[in-house]
Amino acid sequence: MSEVVKKFMYLNRKAPYGTIYAWESLEVVLVGAAFDQEVSLMFVDDGVYQLVKGQDTAGIGMKNFSPTYRTLGDYEVKYIYVDADSLAARGLTQDDLVAIAYEDMDTEEEIENIVEVVDAARVTEIMDESDVVFSF
Amino acid sequence: MSILHTVNKSPFERDSLASCLKFASEGASVLLMEDGVYAALAGSSVESQVKAGLGKLSVYVLGPDLRARGFREDRLIDGIKVVDYAGFVDLAVENDKVQAWL
Amino acid sequence: MKFAIQINEGPYQHQASDSAYFFTKNVLEKGHEVFRVFFYHDGVNNSTRLTTPPQDDRHIVNRWAELGAKYDLDLVVCVAAAQRRGIVDDGEAKRNGKDATNIHPKFRISGLGQLVEAAIQSDRLVVFGD
Repeated sequence: MSEVVKKFMYLNRKAPYGTIYAWESLEVVLVGAAFDQEVSLMFVDDGVYQLVKGQDTAGIGMKNFSPTYRTLGDYEVKYIYVDADSLAARGLTQDDLVAIAYEDMDTEEEIENIVEVVDAARVTEIMDESDVVFSF
Repeated sequence: MSILHTVNKSPFERDSLASCLKFASEGASVLLMEDGVYAALAGSSVESQVKAGLGKLSVYVLGPDLRARGFREDRLIDGIKVVDYAGFVDLAVENDKVQAWL
Repeated sequence: MKFAIQINEGPYQHQASDSAYFFTKNVLEKGHEVFRVFFYHDGVNNSTRLTTPPQDDRHIVNRWAELGAKYDLDLVVCVAAAQRRGIVDDGEAKRNGKDATNIHPKFRISGLGQLVEAAIQSDRLVVFGD
């Protein structure tokens, strides 16, 4: 849809459900898929909570939108990064997080899980490499 | 790529400043605005954090937000520069992109 | 240089809309271009024409509308966020069976694609939020 291809980074730093930012930022990612940009999602601070598996929202009467994360591979998202220090500070490991599969439509390359836990230096690198940062 | 980082929340309310300083790389700029200006004041418990940041980053504070909250330039940590909204625009132009730590 | 502005919060509750306003005004006064101002999350509430703020305080909605008129700005409100929060134009009223509209004429409701497009087409995206 566009000739210009930029490196988009969606910066997620807030927990789900307490505020709407997690869900509405995901909506931007989904719509953004049609624009064929190079997209990464970066989860830092409380943002890491968005990827925790087993979310059951029946008791709080809110839509459970966490299944949407698992479909991100279908929305042109190949890069999902989680800050290691943020996970550790919250007593979490990658085992607490959903696995998100990715299949490249052209090469048919299949990756079982594109959620990558990265150290602070790598987070900095990814931030520096991005062309545009969306914050919510 | 040089980034202009913006921090608009108080360091005593949110971890936004701490995270910004942690991930910002050498040569980047940080603009403290709205409630974020409190991090610019000398004598607070985050002063050493900010001073450490000044070692690798340029730190600015939005003057109108500082003044609104009752503080003047004489209360700032040494090395922090005051800019107005026009200066904010210049910083956005001079750096390659703007990254908001909300 | 071309700027895209994103505003995540409603009028008065947070300073975001104020900060964005002064930044945008200065961008324009310096001769740069504003490709689009996009209101998301509670930011859509900056587009209701029905506010009555106190006389001795700034009128945030009108201030945006006046800036918009002066510089022919594209002030866009996200349709999904607007539907959730009850910001309605004629089209939305008809489509969703609402008996009233409340949007200020200087703003237009459109899709999230407008934000993504703005980020692609502009040189700088600046986000104001909480």
